[in-house]
Formats: sequence, structure tokens, C-alpha cells
Amino acid sequence: MSTAVMSVHDLTVDIETPNGRLRAVDGVGFDAVQGETLALLGESGCGKSMTAQAIVGLLDPVASVSSGSVVLNGTDLVTASRRKRRAMAGPELAIVFQDALTALNPVYTVGTQLAEPFRIHRRMSSRAARAEAVELMRRVGIPHPESRVDAYPHQFSGGMRQRLLIAMAVALNPTVLLADEPTTALDVTVQAQIMALLKELRNEREMAVVLITHDLALVAEEADKVAVMYAGHVVETGAVAEVFSDPQHPYTKGLLESVPVHVARGSDLASIGGTPPDLASIPSGCVYQARCPLARDRCVAERPVLHQVAKGRAAACHYSEEVSR
Amino acid sequence: MTAVLEAPSESRVSSQVALWRLLLRDWVATGAALVLAFVALVAAFGPMFVGDEAAQQNLLDANAEPFRLSDGWLNVLGTDALGRSVLARLIVASRTTLSVAVPAVLLSLVIGSLIGMWAGYHRGRRETVVMRIADIILSFPSLLMAVVVLYIFSPSSANLILVLAITRIPIYLRTARAESAELQSRLFVDAARTFGTRSSAIIFRHVLPIVLPTLLTVATLDFCFVMLSESSLSFLGIGIQPPSVSWGLMVAQGRTYLQTAWWLSFFPGLAIVVTTVSATILASWARLATDPAQRWRLTLPRGRRGRRAIRRAAEKALTPEVQ
Ligand SMILES: Nc1ncnc2c1ncn2[C@@H]1O[C@H](COP(=O)(O)OP(=O)(O)OP(=O)(O)O)[C@@H](O)[C@H]1O
Ligand code: SF4
Ligand SMILES: [Mg+2]
Repeated sequence: MSTAVMSVHDLTVDIETPNGRLRAVDGVGFDAVQGETLALLGESGCGKSMTAQAIVGLLDPVASVSSGSVVLNGTDLVTASRRKRRAMAGPELAIVFQDALTALNPVYTVGTQLAEPFRIHRRMSSRAARAEAVELMRRVGIPHPESRVDAYPHQFSGGMRQRLLIAMAVALNPTVLLADEPTTALDVTVQAQIMALLKELRNEREMAVVLITHDLALVAEEADKVAVMYAGHVVETGAVAEVFSDPQHPYTKGLLESVPVHVARGSDLASIGGTPPDLASIPSGCVYQARCPLARDRCVAERPVLHQVAKGRAAACHYSEEVSR
Repeated sequence: MTAVLEAPSESRVSSQVALWRLLLRDWVATGAALVLAFVALVAAFGPMFVGDEAAQQNLLDANAEPFRLSDGWLNVLGTDALGRSVLARLIVASRTTLSVAVPAVLLSLVIGSLIGMWAGYHRGRRETVVMRIADIILSFPSLLMAVVVLYIFSPSSANLILVLAITRIPIYLRTARAESAELQSRLFVDAARTFGTRSSAIIFRHVLPIVLPTLLTVATLDFCFVMLSESSLSFLGIGIQPPSVSWGLMVAQGRTYLQTAWWLSFFPGLAIVVTTVSATILASWARLATDPAQRWRLTLPRGRRGRRAIRRAAEKALTPEVQ
């Protein structure tokens, strides 16, 4: 049986603003399983990146984790010392960012940057680390790595840069790899190549991948499990095939209905009415009540908790059994 | 496919040799480097040859006009009120000037930059405290502070350097802090953190190389300011003590004779300006040369380094990259 290598539990992130404290991530929980891809799916602004930043410890100074835990190989990252975190950053946990150009330092050759993880964690000589860098470049599919190792980031195309970033992230064989919209900035063909590379590397190195995206098609193709987020909350989790074929939360259902492939030709494309609530005015009951077609009094009064609705599936809705009808 | 603006054929100009070659292609920067090298050589070895002549008084030949070779090449730049050779004094003064200005600039550059980068990187209370201290130093008129300090302590060379350095530290501190605060929020710094790089290593590896060109440019401009501050202090009698002489002191001493003997102030002033301008030119060249994305511009001939040349290079580079 597959085991969770990283468990996020009740993760809550608050942002200090001049107008008071905002809760950007509220009680988020999910498990990352070795060799599997978990998709964190949600609209822009729902707190996906904030969750990832909280996990890797890169939150803005204005934001902080106010409760919850992120347990990775027995260590809680939220309470771990800086020293411990530094030791785990790279060999245990790594992240691929969306914007590959700004994630690489413009004044160093890519070889120097790819060698850095080896130099820090394995205390390799610069020559040995450079050899590892060339090997990594070859592995992620960069042509002529021996001659390209001394080139600077701006001399690579966007797709190649994203490959370099992935190379840097997987350099030390992390247990968990987070990927925050790794292909959003790329065109479709390159996107497919990058996702294929990520999948190959995941299988080869038996990593748990957490894929953050707002792209339903990507989730359908790439992920094994999905956690749907809305306004800082996880509203539904489960295996992708099950969730997409039989959603148990009105928001998931709405999302799926807004995708063209699910609609017969000629019929109207449904879209979810309204917009996600502003962080400053999240209602006290269900977070989705303002846009939910099933909403009623109980939804205003009481916030639904994420509860099991079927084997391996959970949803945060009082009336989830009505959704599939 | 994604096309990328690739630098034409300049993928590996990282070695020292290539930098030299790059410098030689730019005749303005080469000239500036030669001037600086010449000044440094004169300061190092010149006083050995003309040390005595610089002190030699000859009241019969006082305030002699420049550009007359009749009384020997030493007086080609004229003589001062005591009949001493201006050229010889310039040479002797170059050593004093550089031995005060260079250490003062370097000291303030190193201290200011290190503290500034540290404060900017960590933000928060460390930043606030450091910036308030910088404000206090800056709000104190630097000349007044120098006067007070040098009046209390003896006006030795070392004290002069120290005072000049302290008054100039905030300049670097502010620049370094501002840039570092901006850089620490960049994604590549985050990326370095995600594989466990220590803060100190991030500051030296990711912040310093990017801030350094700016700091060097500030330092070369400040070089001029420090030389002039030194001259003011020397003029007030608390800087360089006669019979020692610096360029600044020569300008200051010559000021009284401006109507009758312009050359007394003009030549040391010219020396200050030429040295500073050369340093500035070299710094702005270095700024381009150390930026991998800009470096290729330097490979274009200077005259054509205008829009046309760049456009043509861009066109050449825009042929789709073979992936
Ligand atoms: N410094 C800040 N001050 C106030 N609000 C912030 C700040 N940073 C982020 N937020 C808010 O936190 C919420 C979560 O942001 P986050 O970046 O996690 O969204 P996301 O789901 O990653 O969206 P996207 O798909 O656009 O990347 C957003 O609503 C955003 O407005
Ligand atoms: S709890 Fe109520 S408002 Fe919320 S999703 Fe379910 S039905 Fe809609
Ligand atoms: Mg995001």
C-alpha cells in the first residue's frame, strides 16, 4: 500500500495588512504519496501559491503560518529549526517555480547554478559538482550539455529554462517535489514536453509530486489525486477520475461544467456566476454560499467541514449527496 | 517555437583573458585604464625621483609661468610662490592624495556595502536600526564632524582616512540596502533558499555580484568627493599637514593666487578631474562587462554601438533557436 510521505494538516496562513488580518489559507490538509501526483486545483487567488510557500518556508514577511503542521519524513516543517529546515531543503523537499527566467540568477552560468545544490549538501568539489550539473542537463533533455553548461540563463529559450529549473529542483532526489504552475508561461507543445519530463522524473526517482494549477485538463492528464481549493479552503479531495466523473461539491461541479469538452456542441457553456469572495469578507458559513445553486439556511449558519463521502473521497458540503443529481 | 534573443557568438567571455580583449576593443575605456595606471605608477615611483626638487625653493624664480622650457623641464608647469616646481609637487602630492583617498573610499565602500546588504537582506528591525544610524551620520554635516574629530585627535593620515570613511559610509549603506532589499524578494534568491543556501552565502553569491557594479560606480564618483573633502580639511589646517602636500591642498593653497598665478590651482584641479573621470569611465565599462546579458554590446565597434548596430545584432540573433 502506498504511504503518505508528506502530510499537510490544518494549515492556516494569515496575512497582516494595514486593514487587519486576512486568512489566505484556512485549515488546508492533504497527503502527498510516494510516486504519485497530487494536484492542488483552484481559481486564481484561492491560496494555492500561499500554501506552497508555507510548506517550503518562503512566505512573505507579512504572512505567517498561524496553525497546522506539515509533516515530512517525521519532521514538522512548521516548527522545525532553521538549521533543520536548511538541511531538508533540497534532499527532502524542492519546488519548481512558474517563472523560470527570474528563478535563475542572471549573472551566473547555468552550470554554476546547477552545481550549487551539490556543493551545499554533498560538499562536492567544483569540478565534481560541474560534472553532476552536466549529467543533470543531459537528463532533463538539454542538447549539447557540455557546451551549454557555461551559457547564461538569458541564452536559453523558455522551455529550456524550465527544464533547467526542474533539473535544479530534482538535483538531490527530493522526497517531495512541489511544482507551482510549472508550465503556465509556456506554449502548448513545450507544456506537454515539460509535463512528460516531470512524470518521467517522478517515476524514475519515486518522488511525490504536488502539482499546483488552475488547469483542469492538466489535472485530468497528469494527476492521480486532486484537492480542489476555494477561497483558502480545500472543498473536495479524491482520486482524479472519480472526482471528475462524479463531483461531490457544487464548486467542483461548476468548474467541470465550465470546460468546453464536457458540453455538447451547440449548447450553452455554463460558467459559475459571481466571483470568489474577497479575503476580507469571507462569510461565516460555507465559503461557497454566495455562488452555490444549492445554498440554503444551514449553509449560511454553519460551515461544512471536509468529511468522507465515499472511500478515499471527501467533500466540504452539507448537501454533497445532492450534487451528483 | 520560442525564439530567444541570443547574444551573438558570445557564450564564453568569462575568463580574464577575454575581459582584457574586451577592454582593448573599447578605446575610451582603454584610455581611462591607461590614465589610472599612469597615475598609480607616478604615485608609486615618482616621488623617488623628484622628492627633493619638490621641496627645493628658489625665490628668484617664484610664480614662473608654465609652458616655458627655458629653465628646465621640471618647471614646465610653472613654479609656486616659493619657486618650487609645480610638476614635482604634483608628483609628490599624487602619492599623498591616493594614499588618503583610496583607503578612505575602499574602507567606506567595504563597511557600508556589507552592513547595507546585511540589513537589506534581513529587513525588519535590523534594517530599521541600521538606517537610523545612517540617517544620524548623514544629518551631521560631514565637514563639521571631521573638524570636531580631527580637532580632538591629532590630524594624522590614519585619522583623516578614518573620518573621511565614516562620513561616507551611509552613501554605500543606503545604496546596498535598497538594492539588497529588492533582490532578496527575487525568485532566484527564493530558489537558492529552497535548496538550503545560508543567508550569508546568499548575500555573497546572489546579492553582492549584482549590487557590486552599482556600488563601484558610486565609489568612483565618491572618489572625487573624498579628494575635495580632504582638500577642504587640509585648507583648514586639520588635514594634510605641510610640508606634506596633496592635490587638494595644492588647489586650496593656490586659491589665493588665482588672479596672478592660475596654474597653481589649475593643474592639481585638472589632475583630480582627469583621475575621477577615468575612474568613472572604467566603472561604467566594468558595469557592462560584468553583466552577462549586456556584455555582447561591448563587442560591437564603439562608433556603431548605436541603435542600428544593436538592431542588426538583434535581427541576427532572432533567427529561431535550435532546441
Ligand atoms: N501581501 C499580500 N497582502 C494581501 N493579500 C495577499 C498578499 N499576498 C497574497 N495575498 C492574497 O492571498 C490570496 C492567495 O494568493 P495566492 O498567491 O496563494 O493565490 P493563487 O491561488 O496562487 O493564485 P494564482 O493562480 O493567481 O497564482 C490572494 O487572494 C491574494 O490576493
Ligand atoms: S454547504 Fe451549502 S453553500 Fe456550501 S457548497 Fe454545500 S450546498 Fe453549497
Ligand atoms: Mg499562484
